Formats: sequence, C-alpha cells, structure tokens
Amino acid sequence: MGRLNVTLCGIELENPVIPASGTFGYGYEYADLYDINMLGTFSFKGTTKEPRFGNPTPRIAECYCGMINAVGLQNPGVEKVISEELPKLAKCFNKKVMANVGGFSVDEYVYTAKKIDECEQVGWIEVNISCPNVHGGGIAFGTNPENAALITKAVKAAVKKPVIVKLSPNVTDIVAIAKACEEAGADAISLINTMLGMRIDLRTKKPVIANKMGGFSGPAIFPVALRMVYQVANAVDIPVIGMGGVSSAEDVIEMMLAGATAVQVGAANLIDPCVCKDIIEKLPQVMDKYGINNLNEIIGGVK
Amino acid sequence: MKQGIFKIAENSKLTDNVFKMKLLGDVSAITSSGQFINIKLDSLYLRRPISVFDCDNDSVTIIYKVVGRGTEQMSQMQVGQTLDVLTGLGNGYDTSLCENKAVLLGGGVGVPPLYMLAKELISQGKKVFVILGFNTASEIFCEEDFKALGCEVKVTTVDGSYGIKGFVTDALPENYDHFFTCGPEPMLKAVYKATKTSGQFSFEERMGCGFGACMGCSCKTITGYKRICKDGPVLKKEEISWED
Repeated sequence: MGRLNVTLCGIELENPVIPASGTFGYGYEYADLYDINMLGTFSFKGTTKEPRFGNPTPRIAECYCGMINAVGLQNPGVEKVISEELPKLAKCFNKKVMANVGGFSVDEYVYTAKKIDECEQVGWIEVNISCPNVHGGGIAFGTNPENAALITKAVKAAVKKPVIVKLSPNVTDIVAIAKACEEAGADAISLINTMLGMRIDLRTKKPVIANKMGGFSGPAIFPVALRMVYQVANAVDIPVIGMGGVSSAEDVIEMMLAGATAVQVGAANLIDPCVCKDIIEKLPQVMDKYGINNLNEIIGGVK
Repeated sequence: MKQGIFKIAENSKLTDNVFKMKLLGDVSAITSSGQFINIKLDSLYLRRPISVFDCDNDSVTIIYKVVGRGTEQMSQMQVGQTLDVLTGLGNGYDTSLCENKAVLLGGGVGVPPLYMLAKELISQGKKVFVILGFNTASEIFCEEDFKALGCEVKVTTVDGSYGIKGFVTDALPENYDHFFTCGPEPMLKAVYKATKTSGQFSFEERMGCGFGACMGCSCKTITGYKRICKDGPVLKKEEISWED
C-alpha cells in the first residue's frame, strides 16, 4: 500500500483524487493532456435513460471564485454511452470508472443503473439525486429524506455494484438525507453537488443564464462543502466522498480531515485541465509538510 | 490542445477599444485558422476564449475588443508580462472545401480569424475577396493587413462613414465558389440568407472549459448536438439549424 492509497467500497484507489461528474466528460478529452490512469478514478458525465440536449444556452456564468452552470444533464443516453463512450474510454483508461446516473423517475434511475451495472469497466454507480422528479412536481428527489431513500432502495435492489448517492446541498438538513440513504442501503455518500445560484447581466437586465438559475461551483463553495462533509461523515458509518470547490492538494487533505475517504475535483478541471495531475503529484510533499505519513490516518481526523 | 506560459511581445491599441496582442510561446498545437486560444487572467475564474488572428513558428497574435472585466484587464497588461494559455482549441476553417474563389465576410471582432485564413488561402493559390463590416469609420481595423496579403478588400459601414454604406452582405461579389464568415449572430443569419454557395460559419458562445469537457456551449445542428468549443467554432452551412 502506497501513502496515497485508499479503499472505496472494497475497490482500492491508487490515490483519493477523482474528477467529478460533468467536468471530465467521458475522460478522453483529458487523455490528450496527461495519462489519466494516474487518477484514483473519475466519475463520468451524468447519464440518463434517454439522450438529452439539456438546457438552452447561455449555460455558463462567471462568479467571484467560481462559476454557475445550467447544462441540464446533456448526454447521449445510456445505450450510446455503453456502445460508444465506454469503448473510447477503454483506449485511454484501464481502471474502474465511476458511473454517474441521473433520472426523472424511479423507473428511469433503475433502468439506467441496471444497464450500467452490466459494464465491466464500471466500478461504482454514483446516483445523482439532484434531478427534478417529473412525477413529483419537478422537486428534486434529493430534497427530502423519503424520496432520497426511495431512489437509493430501488437502485440498490437492481444492481450488484456499490452504490454511491450524491447529495444536493440545497436542503435544510443534509444529515437527515444522508442517514436516510444509508438506511436505504447506500454503500457510500458523495457530496456536495452544486449550490443553486444566479447572475444578472447589467447591460441586458436579464439573467446571464438562459435557464435563469444554475449550479454554483468553484473555490467559493469550498467552506460550505467542507462543513457538510464534516457533518455527514460524523453522522453515517459508510464512506463519504467529499467535493465542492476542491482545487489543490491542501484542499484534498482538508476534506479528508473533515471525514472524506476520497475527494472529487470538479470546476477546477475546466480552468486548469491538468489540475488533478498536479494535485496527485503535489500530495506527497504537502503531506510531508504537515507530518502526514499515510492518507488513511487522517480520514475524519477532525472530531 | 496544449497548456503553456506565453510572454506578451506586443499589446497595442488599434481603435478606441480594440487591441492587438502578440504572445510568444509554444504554438505547436495551433494547426488551423479559425481556432482559438483560452487565456487565464488573475482574479477571474473562467478563462477568456479569443480567436487566433495570426500565428508563426513561435508566436500567436490575437485581436480583442474590451467588453468586460477580462478584456479590460488584458488591455492594461504590459510587454514582458506572462499569461497561462490553452492553445489549439476548436476545429478551425477547412480551406480544402474552397476550390478557387473565396469570399471572407467579417463583422467587427469577427474579422480577426479571417486574417490567418486569408493567408492560408492565398498560399494555396486561391483568390480571396474580403468584406469587412463595421458600424462606423472609427471602428475599422485590419483593412491594410488584408490588402497587404493581396486580397481584394471591401469595407462596409452601417452609417456610411467609410466604404460601402450598409452590411457585409451588400458587398457580396457576383462570382465565388465558397465563403467563410465570422461575426455577430444577426450578421451570420444575413450571410446565410444572402449566399448561394457552400460556406463555413464561425460561432461564439459563453464557454466553461473551451475544450469539450463541460458541455457549456452546446448547440443543435442538423447533424446532431455540437459543442461550439470542440466540434466548432466553425460549422458548415449545411449543418446549421437556426433556433428561435
């Protein structure tokens, strides 16, 4: 075991660094720049049952130390992901990938997760429960414990691979939702998804984003994410993957001290495409600086 | 795509709010006219995508208009300062689709990417007719640069203060095989309607990454969903589907 190795739901990771879903496509865009096999793994672009174009443009707005996106889960649909994207990925990535799945009804989540579960390349299924429930007035599944548990239970019953439930921070009590997912059988929790945000263009006096609102990410949300990771990690017994504004090796260590077993890096990939490579390369020296021998010894170190 | 540190060799004013910046560094990823670079600036989160005006063995030149905080900051930078730049982004223009007589139509800051394109076409022995559209005489730039390449150049101004009064489409010649255009969307739509041949359009959109990862700049085309940053910014006339 190296100094950076961690174990996530029974699968060993060479290091805890995982590019987050939606910021890394299906991997191969980044393989032009560096060998992505150095990553712990990565979470691929949120995949749904049907192909989706997503929201109208503009989908992107800039903020102080961050950005807002309203892409709207654009993806080619699970069939094409399996027949086209995964074979392309196999040419540049030989580790288990994390499959991120979304849906707009329980049946859709189950359908997509089942298909993905049959893929040899996939190690974990990360369920994005921040999608709006079309049968529930469009309110996101992840905004109350009952619906979060419902999705978790249904997906768990349909698949063999470990199920990670990705939580939305746009809730009153994230601990209650995390606990509900754990009780429903989740193998791990990842958090946080983006925070709901908005910008207005002073020249046009209209929202910058066509969809008006979108998901706020980047270093600006790091303290909120860290706080939620800390709260959830202290309330559940399953592993927690921390994310939200992580941009450096120091941020990774901070997330792990707060209770994260592994750490996802999102928006930073879009600005510095080599950021995950840089983080992995810098981790040993940052660990030395702070007297950390092995990352496993610091997980949840802050009580 | 490549990421590199570039040194500013020139940052000069062309008009009231349009600047020309020459950057020295590894430009080996730039393979075609119509591509763009993505510039990181201090204290701003997203990079700024700017089209390539010209490129040689060790430098890339851009022409940009000051429209917001990013370009404002760029306009104040000094020769010798450095920038973190992603290069070789986007597909670029395909000159092989033009047999002999090309028409290039540029509007405002849509003009710069046509310069390197004109150079390419001329080096291939093709005839290049350039139409540059501006609002008014004081906004004109690059007219002499295109003339120096040996292109036939017409300038249009909306207010008639210089050249032909009207829009770029008012200066279209009789005979050409293929056209290339870049400019604001209303102009692109007018060019789409006014042209009778095949052609290529360069589009603009707010981008997240600029290299195809985030799906921030997607558009619908006749041949499927395309990312402006990666599958574009250049689309062929026959692929375009104008929305709303």
